[in-house]
Amino acid sequence: MTGTMAPFRPAPPEGSDGFAQLLRSEWTKFRTVRGWVIGMLAAALVIVALGLLPGMKGSCGQHGPGSACSVAVGPGGEPVSDSFRFVHQPLTGNGSITVRVTALAGLLPGAPAGRDALAGTRRGVAPWAKAGLIIKANLKSGSAYAAVLVTGSHGVRMQYNYTGDIAGRPGAVSAAPPRWLRLTRAGGTVTGYQSADGTHWSRLGAVHLAGLPAAVQVGLFTTSPQYTQAAGPSGASGGPTQATAQFDHLRLQGYGRPADGGWASTGMGGAVSASPEPDGGFRHDGGSFTVTGSGDIAPATSGAAGFGATIAETLIGTFAGLVAVVVVAAMFVTAEYRRGLIRVTLAASPRRGRVLAAKALVTAAAAFAAGLAAAAIVVTFGQRVLRGNGVFVYPASGLTELRVIAGTAAVLAVAAVLALAIGALLRRSAGAVAAVIVVIVLPYLLAVTALPVGPARWLLRVTPAAAFAVQQTMPQYPQVSGLYTPAEGFYPLAPWAGFAVLCGYAAAALALAVFLLNRRDA
Amino acid sequence: MSRAQVSGWPDRRGAVHAEWTKLRTTGSTLWLLAAVVVLTAALSALVTSTARCPAVGCGQDPARISLAGIEFGQAAVAVLAVLAVSAEFSTGMIATTFTAMPRRGTVLAAKAAVVSGLVLAAGAAAVLVSVLAGRLILPGHGFTPAHGHPLLSLADGPVLRAAAGSVLYLALIALLSLGAAAALRDSAVAIGVVLGLLYVFPVIASVASDPHWQRHLQQIGPMSAGLAIQATTGLHGLPVSPWAGLGVLAAWAAAALLAGGLLLARRDA
Repeated sequence: MTGTMAPFRPAPPEGSDGFAQLLRSEWTKFRTVRGWVIGMLAAALVIVALGLLPGMKGSCGQHGPGSACSVAVGPGGEPVSDSFRFVHQPLTGNGSITVRVTALAGLLPGAPAGRDALAGTRRGVAPWAKAGLIIKANLKSGSAYAAVLVTGSHGVRMQYNYTGDIAGRPGAVSAAPPRWLRLTRAGGTVTGYQSADGTHWSRLGAVHLAGLPAAVQVGLFTTSPQYTQAAGPSGASGGPTQATAQFDHLRLQGYGRPADGGWASTGMGGAVSASPEPDGGFRHDGGSFTVTGSGDIAPATSGAAGFGATIAETLIGTFAGLVAVVVVAAMFVTAEYRRGLIRVTLAASPRRGRVLAAKALVTAAAAFAAGLAAAAIVVTFGQRVLRGNGVFVYPASGLTELRVIAGTAAVLAVAAVLALAIGALLRRSAGAVAAVIVVIVLPYLLAVTALPVGPARWLLRVTPAAAFAVQQTMPQYPQVSGLYTPAEGFYPLAPWAGFAVLCGYAAAALALAVFLLNRRDA
Repeated sequence: MSRAQVSGWPDRRGAVHAEWTKLRTTGSTLWLLAAVVVLTAALSALVTSTARCPAVGCGQDPARISLAGIEFGQAAVAVLAVLAVSAEFSTGMIATTFTAMPRRGTVLAAKAAVVSGLVLAAGAAAVLVSVLAGRLILPGHGFTPAHGHPLLSLADGPVLRAAAGSVLYLALIALLSLGAAAALRDSAVAIGVVLGLLYVFPVIASVASDPHWQRHLQQIGPMSAGLAIQATTGLHGLPVSPWAGLGVLAAWAAAALLAGGLLLARRDA
């Protein structure tokens, strides 16, 4: 009773060897394990919870007048600081103003390592202390302007509308050689000139200020920004500074109406000064003018030198969400080894590389969806919560917000692929999860807490933690002194370049995993 | 034959011996113990070689800098301790273990004794190498007696406390991980929870701009509080004093072990 009974083999369904079928089976595996779905949901929830948690931030506007939660907005819509000592008079129509600067001195906060910076001051000029000529649309903060100026240690510059910056002659200013500056207004165009002797002039640049009214304010100004320097890994020391400039040979030529010669002194903005300004910040003695000021005419910065929060700070829950995503992604492959299911999977689909690719796609898609929803909620509502708590949040353009949302989701997705690949390499979930958390979260933690700025930046270039650059929203301006450190949310790489570093690691790990999966017994 | 021999239930010493045999014969144990030493010493040397003390009062803590590698080495400790429990759950070995030793609390205590003993040994080696690296590297980077930093020495009371405390810190991390693994059973989930607690907590604390919140988070975070034991300078400015900080971590570890022990006793294996 033998017979040659062929074992029953059902005809394979249409397309069962296709990649779509593989994707579908992996998706079925993923969605039917309750713990994994809960893990992904937990990742999204923790990002949202930490992003919307009220009371995480201090409330500004409650610590005196200097902490008011309003900031001037420049002509380009960006937040600016606009505080300086302005010695001015109106000018109607076209005209020109010329002056000679003979000295720029100043005061800096006391000992750099001192705990309270205001305890004492020392002589010195902040690198970006500014003094010179300015043509400004009106006396309102944030109005359009163009200026030629001398700086503490960045030479002569022409600056306009807060973000514009043209370099002129380098070197510090002194009685010998002094610096001659000139601004000429013709319609909406302002042209800046510099000279060493008052006879031979060279043009710095011409800028068009949109909507410049016929009557503008022209005059002398001096200002000196907050001084900051890194003290230790995450700390910063510094404080307000002050600058005093000596001017003479001031000549104002108005083509429309002769200048009446009456100079008014106005303290623009509400800058905190290192010490009380002598003579109210302005002394006119014969032909010489002494102008003392504090503050800055520049884009506003967050961090130690500035104030307020950025969108990136509301997304801090990404780190916690990342841990949950990494756990799920590693288990998605290691659980198959643990249960022996991997042998069934590989028997059903012998092209092992495609199995891993399908798994990577499924986890990446799930992580991306969770991250996208969470980041969209946090970026949309987190700012409102912060503003409701009286925290100033730096506005970001819609495009930047989109980049932060999509970038956060993409970081989670690629981190999931990295965890999956390392899980397939090690075939043990504990090692895989620990390895991925250590290579992504630990470098960031070391960079913001333990390392000096140089090594911290290096770490955020070469490790997968570089990917968090996609969350940076504040631009870095070379002409604004600030602490552009990782601890302040400034990354050494551009957003998508940092993301590419993580992608590189994930791709390398996945390639190695496919290679080993094909070589090893399952 | 006495009853104990008939039943074959080992006593406490037998439990420890059984756990020691299991851990000793697991391939990953030796690798992970080596990783504790290597990772700790490597990161310590890296951080030490980037530190600079340009002048008197540079405000840096040489002991803390030369022991910074603990932040890295603790990941290997956590993996080792989690695997000591969850590997048995993943292979089903735990059923055999509990059949042989029905007192589940004793099993957990025996695991805790063996794992913490191994971690103490590896941690001591890691800390000694780190302190030696600091002693050799730091004087060349401005940490000189002229700048107010004498040569790093274990004969110095605070430095000895920082070094011995770091070893204890690693042992407490092992106990915390062991408890978490007993409570959560799955190794991936347990390691995610432990490392999330250790690494993500300080990251979140670092963005809390309210100084009170930041201080409180540093006081209760297992890593930030526990590593206060490494501080040798500026003790008055610390959010939590060195031994109290280690106490906070001990409380975390005790809570995790308690939760793990209770859940082990109540649930099916």
